[in-house]
Amino acid sequence: MHELPFVESVLKITVEQAQQAKAKRVVGVNLVIGDLSSMVDESVQFYWDIVSEGTIAEGAKLHFKRLPVVFQCKDCGTKYQLDGKHLACPKCGSTHVAIVGGDEAHFESIEIE
Amino acid sequence: MGTRTISVVENILDANDRIAQANQELFDSTKTFAINFMASPGAGKTSVILRTVQYLNSRYRMAGVDGDVATTIDADRMAAIGIPAVQINTGGTCHLDAVMLSGALPKIELSEVDLLIIENVGNLICPASFKLGSHLDVLIASVPEGDDKPYKYPKMYRGVKATLLNKIDLLPYLDFDVEYFRKGVEVLNPGLAFFQISAKTGDGFEAYIDWLRNQIDVYLERA
Repeated sequence: MHELPFVESVLKITVEQAQQAKAKRVVGVNLVIGDLSSMVDESVQFYWDIVSEGTIAEGAKLHFKRLPVVFQCKDCGTKYQLDGKHLACPKCGSTHVAIVGGDEAHFESIEIE
Repeated sequence: MGTRTISVVENILDANDRIAQANQELFDSTKTFAINFMASPGAGKTSVILRTVQYLNSRYRMAGVDGDVATTIDADRMAAIGIPAVQINTGGTCHLDAVMLSGALPKIELSEVDLLIIENVGNLICPASFKLGSHLDVLIASVPEGDDKPYKYPKMYRGVKATLLNKIDLLPYLDFDVEYFRKGVEVLNPGLAFFQISAKTGDGFEAYIDWLRNQIDVYLERA
């Protein structure tokens, strides 16, 4: 259900950008979403189809570039992804690590006519 | 007419973040310290909050905001111990966001409140994505949920300043590895404050309340 306010925000920005570019309609919206953002693509598209009705973005297809959660070990520099059980560096075992990717939730571009 | 692509540099939740910022400016204008408690359903948010309030009641003027999908049970429980509380019924939405909170704030006389306690909707997923403008975000975890939660819901543990592990009175009965849990939390959020408590027995509250009081007093310049 948290996709709804997220989608409303996507629509608002899309319509503003399309109007600025004097578009007739929007055919596609390209988003970059990290796996930490807890957004489900199908759910986002579902709400999108409803809230975009009657706007110049009606019928536009959403495209998602999904980015994985990436950790980086601060001791040995290894970059790795989560396996769901362990968080420590798989190479040296250090827990001195940082999350360097996966929080993304931004636009890349929109396709307009 | 062909299709063309224009690049857009915008963060999707910027609008929420801006309103969260405005909420915080409002709190700062009345010198009101706002705490946002988040947890999964049944972790004991309301019980922890009620006990916290008992400790702090004589020291600060308090008010509460309760987020729930429906009902006013939680706000009623706060009101019953003398804390004016506003209920936000989200009507199905699984978190509070900055807009919902800003809609509730005019119902509170903030200039007469030192400490505003916000109880988020019970959920471990999306409250982390929507900033409210609070000064302190606290996650309440509980022993029956299992020790693997930091590994499964990493985002929730990243944005908070403290984690309270509640229901430690159940530790003898359940397979909960506190060190495994703590290690997961520490990796995701190095240096965050971690307290083991029981809202039922009161165990562990003194250390947690000391820490909390210090956070509030520094803000209120009473320290």
